[in-house]
Amino acid sequence: MSQQKEWPLWEVFIRSKQGLDHKHVGSLHAADAEMAIQNARDVYTRRMEGVSIWVVESRNVHASNPDEAAAFFDPANDKVYRHPTFYEVPAEIKNM
Amino acid sequence: METIIEKSLEEAFEEKIANEVRIEPKDWMPEQYRKTLVRQISQHAHSEIVGMLPEGNWITRAPSLKRKAILLSKVQDEAGHGLYLYSAAETLGTSRDQMIADLHSGKAKYSSIFNYPTLSWADIGAIGWLVDGAAIMNQVPLIRTSYGPYARAMVRVCKEESFHQRQGFEIMMTLCNGAPAQKKMAQEAFNRWWWPTLMMFGPKDEESPNTEQSMRWKIKRFTNDELRQRFVDMMVPQAEFLGLTVPDKDLKWNEAKNGYDFGDVDWEEFWNVVKGNGPCNKDRISTRVKAHEEGAWVREAALAHAQKRAQREAEKQGS
Repeated sequence: MSQQKEWPLWEVFIRSKQGLDHKHVGSLHAADAEMAIQNARDVYTRRMEGVSIWVVESRNVHASNPDEAAAFFDPANDKVYRHPTFYEVPAEIKNM
Repeated sequence: METIIEKSLEEAFEEKIANEVRIEPKDWMPEQYRKTLVRQISQHAHSEIVGMLPEGNWITRAPSLKRKAILLSKVQDEAGHGLYLYSAAETLGTSRDQMIADLHSGKAKYSSIFNYPTLSWADIGAIGWLVDGAAIMNQVPLIRTSYGPYARAMVRVCKEESFHQRQGFEIMMTLCNGAPAQKKMAQEAFNRWWWPTLMMFGPKDEESPNTEQSMRWKIKRFTNDELRQRFVDMMVPQAEFLGLTVPDKDLKWNEAKNGYDFGDVDWEEFWNVVKGNGPCNKDRISTRVKAHEEGAWVREAALAHAQKRAQREAEKQGS
């Protein structure tokens, strides 16, 4: 019982059609990458939801810390001038 | 100091709940919220998995190739739903092995509806129409449940579930438009499944200890009795369309409440099945355990194969 018995967890990303990004859809257990892709096909694309699948072992995903989200994303808070609506454009000016 | 931090975390959590901001896996949450979710989501997952058994029984006996393909597809969907839900529960820190062990030991529950037998082909129709209908009624509000991964799993489940209900209704319609013996089969299946389906919404509100807290945390959006009432109001006209008689002598339209009055569920039977004494409880769990144990060598072999391949790959890179 001491050895690992549960198959590792994988995160699944699916491109729903050519031209779109792969998007996270969920996770599943599989012994290796090949099996993860096959299982992802059976679990997440039974109704033609995808044309391409990525799988990443969950332990390889590194994430920002939600408890520090406020401070972490703070630098963008006071920079409204990064948005085009910050600037006034005279009504006579077209196509800008 | 610690209690002050704890308090502000709890306040931040409550504020998110109040503002309809979803809670995500790594966010701070009260221990009881986590526990409630693990219990509810794993119970939901187990129901999908055990739910494959009564229907799987009929795959080899489906009356046509078309019906067989449809039923196979539905049962495969149930497996998928179980997997989405197990994954959602795992984001709360429980493991798949633990959840499965709890199901097999009887510690974890699943929907009692699957402890009733499927005696004829009409039962497959009745399950799709009634049981999946009730499941949809329960699940649609869960799309707005406060825990993100659970809500997202429900979006996928609900999308797929409506095919399940329609194929069941179509089976019932075919039987009801068929020979008198077929119509009789449909009515008998309806009689068998009507009351157990009403039990799927859980105990009466005043006897449902978890409802109030779950509503406050926006895990649940409607009470058991509210959903049960909606279900009856939705199903009675459908039964009438099929020409089936609802097996409830107290069923009566109530103009004042704009809904049906209906008889009381046999709560003694309900608790009895929950406690493990339904017609198929033992059979369902022993079938599950058998499948799990007989599949153990496949799981172990796949893992050993993957490890060996990874090791060989590493050696090749090293040399």
